[in-house]
Amino acid sequence: MATTETMTLNMGPQHPSTHGVLRLVLELDGEVVVKVTPHIGYLHRGIEKLSEYRTYHQILPLTDRLDYLAPMSNNLGYILAVEKLMDVEVPERAETIRIIMAELTRIESHLVWIACHALDIGAMTVFIYAFRERETVMEIYELISGARMTSNFFRVGGLSQDVPDEFVKKVSDFIDVMPGYLDQYEGLLTTNPIWLKRTVGNGVISAEDAIDIGLTGPALRGSGVDWDLRRDNPYCGYEKYQFKVPTGDKCDTFDRYKVRLVEMREACKIVRQGLDKLKPGPVLADSPQVCYPPKESVYNSIEGLIHHFKIASEGFAAPEGEVYQGVEAPKGELGFYIVSDGGNKPERLRIRPPSFVNLQAIEQMSVGSMIADLVAVIGTLDIVLGEIDR
Amino acid sequence: MAENNRAVLKLKETFAASIIDVVEFRGEVTVTVAKDAIIDVLSFLKLSLQYNLLTDLTAVDYLGKKEERFMMVYLLYSIPNKDRLRIKTAVTESECKIPTATTIWKTANWLEREVFDLFGITFEGHPDLRRILMTDDWVGHPLRKDYPLQGPDREPYKGRLS
Repeated sequence: MATTETMTLNMGPQHPSTHGVLRLVLELDGEVVVKVTPHIGYLHRGIEKLSEYRTYHQILPLTDRLDYLAPMSNNLGYILAVEKLMDVEVPERAETIRIIMAELTRIESHLVWIACHALDIGAMTVFIYAFRERETVMEIYELISGARMTSNFFRVGGLSQDVPDEFVKKVSDFIDVMPGYLDQYEGLLTTNPIWLKRTVGNGVISAEDAIDIGLTGPALRGSGVDWDLRRDNPYCGYEKYQFKVPTGDKCDTFDRYKVRLVEMREACKIVRQGLDKLKPGPVLADSPQVCYPPKESVYNSIEGLIHHFKIASEGFAAPEGEVYQGVEAPKGELGFYIVSDGGNKPERLRIRPPSFVNLQAIEQMSVGSMIADLVAVIGTLDIVLGEIDR
Repeated sequence: MAENNRAVLKLKETFAASIIDVVEFRGEVTVTVAKDAIIDVLSFLKLSLQYNLLTDLTAVDYLGKKEERFMMVYLLYSIPNKDRLRIKTAVTESECKIPTATTIWKTANWLEREVFDLFGITFEGHPDLRRILMTDDWVGHPLRKDYPLQGPDREPYKGRLS
């Protein structure tokens, strides 16, 4: 008598469409997915543990390495949490540059998303184009911070240094051409029959289920929930900017694709508003207990040198208490929860990674579909393993 | 202020005996409740006060600083009211377990697995309580304060030799 049984298949951790070192153990009935069990932790570096042994300034470089496709968003979330704890007032120019960089980071992260997502489901051209545009953002990163990915550019109280003169022109040129490039991608994908076949009706998750499982960011907005931290709980001066929050209604991969494309266009508009608001002024708060002194005074005066030495070796003591700061990172809500016992190091630093929580939905979104559609679900969730494993 | 917060007022009305402490710091409200009431408080907040999103669930180790060693932290968010609330409850080392919140939010599944993995707190009734970041055969719980930074059986790093 013929019998049927399911097959267990291992996918990853070395697999091109798992976006890093994600391992999935699949139970398959033919080509249909019956069960998905994600195994994570291959990239676990213990960033939360390491943070308990470092001063507040020393933790900042670790945050670059969370979501390495959007380093400045991580920096921003952490810095805002520490500033909330220390109650530091940040100068306007620094805030504006932070927003410009955070939005460029959003564009950069979404470009990698569209590139890899399209490549995974068979559209290679977009990959090449999107990485070309990403290169410009990387150049802007390099221009202001000296590094292409591990930027480490923001500081508690402001920025590590002011931006060079060519910054404004470079950013302005980029956001002038970017909407045209987005039209190009849309021309390649939005009405492409293969793209539509692969994305429409794929990975459907209703709004209630999405909230229940904790989806945030574009993945949640694709399910029609009109919620964006930048607008609803503004931080870093986002309340002064006008932008639309796109939402989908079909709750599928195609809607999440449209949401992210509109987000990139809106990000261009926010950057333009930021450039218009950019006025000369200080980029670091005037609170010597917390901030590093300007490099000028470190090199040219003994007081500055001592000051720098004190901040670099001892850091600063934070008041006792606990704060949480959530920011709308490209992938969802990125949160930093700091518990301080009054010392110069956090008692506990908890990072709430958007990808970790979003990845949980993979089972719900892919069971019952084909194995090839599972690959599309991984792409649409837009995960980064550096952030999941920390 | 914290005392006038709508959610805090409602909580005090409904769970008067279980509310241990209400603190406001930098505009954020934290309510500490008794451990045996935690599930009732959380489901009340979700069902009656629209705290529909469990943003985060984590723990803090207060080894040697507080009588009850661990503090569970639930960070709730209400999408309709755009409002955050933090609920905390203490867990002792001798009775290192707490009822699961997966019955209220599915989000809690992996977040509780992470706390189990890194702090060693057991969640009663959890559907799939396994380690998540560390390997299955790992010994110890890395985020506990008595777990050495450099890992077990290794000399602490003493700086560069040259």
